[in-house]
Amino acid sequence: MIGFLIRRVLQAILITFLVTVFTLFLVHLFPGGPIRALLGPRATVAQVAHYDALYGFNKPFYVQYLKWVDQLLHGNLGFSVKLNQSVSSLLAQDLPKTIVLVALGTIVSLVFGVPLGIYQAVKRYTIGDYALTGLSFLGYATPTFFVGLLLVEWFSVDIHLFPPFAPQSSSIGGVLSQPRALVLPVIAYAFVLYALWSRFMRSSVMDNLVQDYVRTARAKGASERRVLWGHVFRNSLMSIITLLGLSLPTLVAGAILIEVVFNYPGMGLAFYNAALNVDYQVLLGFTVVATVATILGNLLADVGYAMLDPRVRYS
Amino acid sequence: MAYIPPPGTESGQLIEPGALLAPDVPDAGTGPVIAAAKPRGLLRRGWEVFAENKLALAGLAMMIFMILFCFAGPHLYHTDQVHTNLNDTLCGPSAKHLLGCDNLGYDQVGRLMVGGQTSLEVGFAAAFVAVLFGTLYGAFSGFVGGVVDSFLMRLVDAGLSIPYIMLVIILSVVFHPNTFIMIFIIAVFYWLGVARLVRGETLTLRTREYVQAVKIIGGRRARSVMRHIIPNAIGTIIVQATFAVADSIIILASLGFLGLGVQAPATDWGDMLSGGLQYLQSSQNYWWLIYPPGIAIILTCIAFNFIGDALRDAFETRLQRR
Repeated sequence: MIGFLIRRVLQAILITFLVTVFTLFLVHLFPGGPIRALLGPRATVAQVAHYDALYGFNKPFYVQYLKWVDQLLHGNLGFSVKLNQSVSSLLAQDLPKTIVLVALGTIVSLVFGVPLGIYQAVKRYTIGDYALTGLSFLGYATPTFFVGLLLVEWFSVDIHLFPPFAPQSSSIGGVLSQPRALVLPVIAYAFVLYALWSRFMRSSVMDNLVQDYVRTARAKGASERRVLWGHVFRNSLMSIITLLGLSLPTLVAGAILIEVVFNYPGMGLAFYNAALNVDYQVLLGFTVVATVATILGNLLADVGYAMLDPRVRYS
Repeated sequence: MAYIPPPGTESGQLIEPGALLAPDVPDAGTGPVIAAAKPRGLLRRGWEVFAENKLALAGLAMMIFMILFCFAGPHLYHTDQVHTNLNDTLCGPSAKHLLGCDNLGYDQVGRLMVGGQTSLEVGFAAAFVAVLFGTLYGAFSGFVGGVVDSFLMRLVDAGLSIPYIMLVIILSVVFHPNTFIMIFIIAVFYWLGVARLVRGETLTLRTREYVQAVKIIGGRRARSVMRHIIPNAIGTIIVQATFAVADSIIILASLGFLGLGVQAPATDWGDMLSGGLQYLQSSQNYWWLIYPPGIAIILTCIAFNFIGDALRDAFETRLQRR
């Protein structure tokens, strides 16, 4: 187990190194470099050179990298000149709001996706199963933003039931104090995820239902109800928790489109605005945070899984 | 699907796509079929199983319809997609404009065709590039094994740990893409998932006797990979390619919706939707700006999902597993 842990942590460190090098490299892809992109085409060569020197972009790449990583390790994610705000304070301000959206959306999608997926597996090849399969196909094929558009069209333009915009408050309390405005973004976010969970749950339960341990349980006289909830459900749930853990950062990044549709003032909208304004410090900082979170999430999921299932450690 | 989970993660056996629909097929093919798993036989048998699946045929029909609509359509239904026509701005559906006009006076049906050309071209091409490169990379890495494999796979892990949507947004901002560049922006990180999948497949295939035999009789490594490993993994690869087309179309639409897609006067379905968004809350109901491009995206992606699922059943379950 110790060996596995060491190997896995070393891997994560190597991956983090590769990713950070690549992310910094991305910034240099802007035509004329990041400072030219920031100052715009009218800045003189001298001005660009001045700021290049100020920010250290005239140094060799490895020097830039080391300085940048040094800053990162001290918790300094950079400073957005366009917003006149440090990237960490922007993150501290917007990330909680995104987490609220993602958490609510994920919970709603799980509440519907997991039971319906189980229902589909148990009642497979019936009308109900086919109808729900159709629904999840629809969820897979519909772009998130189009779900958002339709919800606005139906529920706020046509019948004025919910406001078309997300809560516009800058504080998290303000966002939560307008639950009606949260309904449409959360539903839009949950719909696509619903398809993922329900399909995964359906196949996972169907896989488990033919396993030996189910036959054993039945042979020992367990009721169908107990076989399903006591054995199959628990096994399937473990894999869905792992899947959830692995995809958490992707879920956060996936909120970008929803946040743009509903003008929800979270991290995704800030990232999108930074992209439009070529605010490279914000792009860089947010990408690094999301990426490192992904790596950590994968690491934790793997280690947790290895602790629960000894077979994994030796592979 | 608009939300794209990282394909094949470290605990890959949990969310291995093949597992998703595999148990759907009640009576899997039996022993003799496995013996006949030569590439051509595999393809032909795959087609036979595929053709039995009604959803698959429906998907295929939808795909062919969309291709004909977008590429042959403009020859039958002539519209001006070059000059704006402000007299027709936002005009409703009529005999002259079957689905009305958009905010610049372009005929919506014609616009759907032009936008669809971009969506389909980018979808197919990005999927092709990503799957081709991912296959070669994954097969090479898995076949060589050892330290090289470890390092190549850590590169893949690194790429996959950056949220995909953030990457494509940054790349679109950097490059102001036209259709051609767009293909690479979508493919340049999509291949990673394919590589991981094909590598896994290769790891099991390279221990097979026929691959060992090539080595023993002195065949080159490239021959093992190109003639034996890839053809035997072709089922997985084709299935992955099908889903890649649907994913690429949705990614392109998302970028278009964000205003980061192909530059005007070119358009795609997502870009058309973002144009419609501005008129969503006006007093008049401009439904033709929203529904046609949205439905086009959904139909196309459903078609590819149907085809992909059926192919998975055809290749994996019936011919290889049981």
